[in-house]
Amino acid sequence: MQAYITSIGLISPQDTASNRFSFDLKHENAPVLRCVEPDYKQLIPPLQLRRMSRILKMGMGAAQICLNNAGEIQPDAILVGTGLACVNELESFMLSMLDSEQGLSSIPFINSSHNTIAAQISKMLHNHSYNNTYCHRGTSFESALTDALMLLNGQEAEHVLLGGIDEYSEQYHSLIQKTGDTATAGEGAAFFLLSRQPAGKVFGRITAAQTFYKPADGFIDAFLSDHHLRHDDIDTVLCGINGTESNDQVYGHPAEGIFRRDTQWASYKHLCGEYTTGGSFALALAACSLLNGRFPASCILRNRRRPQRILIYNHYHRLNYSLVTVERAQ
Amino acid sequence: MKVLITGMGIITAVGTGTDETLAALKSGRSGMDVVRRFDTAHRHIPVCEVKQSNGELRDMSGIPSDKRYCSRTALLGLIAARQAMRSSHSKTAGRRIGLVNATTTGGMDYHEVHYRKMSSGDVCAQEVELLDCAGGTHLIADVLGITDNVTTVSTACSSSANAILTGVRMIRNGLADKVLAGGSDALTRFTLNGFNTLEILSPTGCRPFDANRNGITLGEGAAYVVLESEKTALPDDILCEVSGYANVSEAYHQTSSSPDGEGAAMAVRKALSVAGLSPDDIDYIHAHGTGTQVNDLSEGRAVESVFRNRTPPLSSTKGSTGHTLAAAGSAGAIISVLAIREQLLFAGAGFHRPMPELSFQPNTLLRQATINHVLSNSFGFGGSNTSLIFSRY
Repeated sequence: MQAYITSIGLISPQDTASNRFSFDLKHENAPVLRCVEPDYKQLIPPLQLRRMSRILKMGMGAAQICLNNAGEIQPDAILVGTGLACVNELESFMLSMLDSEQGLSSIPFINSSHNTIAAQISKMLHNHSYNNTYCHRGTSFESALTDALMLLNGQEAEHVLLGGIDEYSEQYHSLIQKTGDTATAGEGAAFFLLSRQPAGKVFGRITAAQTFYKPADGFIDAFLSDHHLRHDDIDTVLCGINGTESNDQVYGHPAEGIFRRDTQWASYKHLCGEYTTGGSFALALAACSLLNGRFPASCILRNRRRPQRILIYNHYHRLNYSLVTVERAQ
Repeated sequence: MKVLITGMGIITAVGTGTDETLAALKSGRSGMDVVRRFDTAHRHIPVCEVKQSNGELRDMSGIPSDKRYCSRTALLGLIAARQAMRSSHSKTAGRRIGLVNATTTGGMDYHEVHYRKMSSGDVCAQEVELLDCAGGTHLIADVLGITDNVTTVSTACSSSANAILTGVRMIRNGLADKVLAGGSDALTRFTLNGFNTLEILSPTGCRPFDANRNGITLGEGAAYVVLESEKTALPDDILCEVSGYANVSEAYHQTSSSPDGEGAAMAVRKALSVAGLSPDDIDYIHAHGTGTQVNDLSEGRAVESVFRNRTPPLSSTKGSTGHTLAAAGSAGAIISVLAIREQLLFAGAGFHRPMPELSFQPNTLLRQATINHVLSNSFGFGGSNTSLIFSRY
């Protein structure tokens, strides 16, 4: 299975919405990394914009940036992965309801549907194609990516618009913190146009993607062999280190020992924070780094080299794991 | 490649398991009642609750005792998922098993009760684990030992139809050998109040495709099917083939379907084309039929536009089970399978007077018929329209 990344729209805590994708580190020591948002008026009709929730603006904005970059392409499918979806609207409606069940506004309820983002993108594009939303916490985005690969390889689609999106929720984050997770929270909206054939500006080629739930030891080896890859083929591992011990130890022994000693190891969560669809930021970063021929300096953990074939290795709370390979499209 | 259904499990207000479900559909019994399980200002609105308490559901589900905290949605899901996996006997060892679960409420039934305690006091990881859509899926995966291709779909009321569609494609694309697909949603105060703000809840009980229909009756439940290919399915397990599937986005309105049913018609046509069938091949339509003014007119017009003046027998079973939201699509799949297995046309409860706008009326009489192909519709907020076709094998 494979797909060409032919366009990207990225709204993240870095200055990426402007399209330069330079990932010039704005090193913030903030407790939460919030998105640097673009001027949505340039992207979304003002009448619609007024009624939209923030996550919807982020999603539609990133989708529009992605499609603007791609030219006149109407996708054959719209897939969104979102761990918590419209969690702030959901909570707003729940809190009002807990106060009183009378006189509630329907707006937060309507906007709390998990598929709101994908649905509103289809409406914005007048697009009637297959539309699906995956909400599986740490592998929401990678589930949607897997579906996209099935569509492209089954020749059910030429172009798929794929997004990974989550918005910071103070309430949910405080619950997670209470369980002992001290990672810096983040958020983001990353949209990709995945195409069956290379066309225009090709960032890279996705060659495999797989999700795992509490996988057994050896799942990386099995993944590589299932996809006919040797360990030595991977020159860069982009991993989900987030600065907390229980998270980061997963990427150490034995994962480390699997790959060549001179493999480049890179990380990305210092740029986007920890959130359930952070893997979509990682894919955007990997794709841009393939195009630029290098990772940003702040990302390199060791062995700086020109990336040719990257393995994105991520997990969320040691429950949801994902592996994605993306390589230079010659 | 043919993808077959080789197992199923279901729990709704009319019963647990396919036998009780079939008996209820044959008798025309409805699970409608007042809200009994939680306090609400909207007690007068009829709903279709599963009769068991959370404690009783725990006992039925066989949930490991170390899982102290659990949402009702997850318990319902586990009960139906286990039934489904038990009824499909092909070996699982050495095979890639997938789980595509669907939910719209996730752990809301727990969250809305314990929110204040959780936000002001201590919280354990298990409680946070169950709040989102993935929590219930994880529970099912844990108990059934599924580790590959475990995911959750959430597309409002079409969620589990899309879970089945994803599961079928996982098998067709060689990602999994056997997939458990379906959905689960408990009735929550959240959904009851949410639908109430939209003013689409029936004060008297839903009456699909009736001229005097006045809204939805919310239900709760879970339903799962086991999907596998001819390569692995045991002949005695095979219930039917999932021959057609399609999801289209109507791109019309966030909570309403278009009056002409354009999106629904597109979904039905696309599913027919995937199945390689013509409208005349369909013997029964298990309609989405929620009983709202808008849905039934829109769906009715869509059916007319596809089937012209030869509409096959059609009924909605939401008068019996209520609208089970994320479980509606997979419950519809199981009812379709039962229609094929029993060669029975089910009647829709709640119907009295035909809609003047439509040329057809729903089937009101339980009767034997030759049923080779069943179309099942599921439509959700955001214009998510999914049609599945089940064929005798």
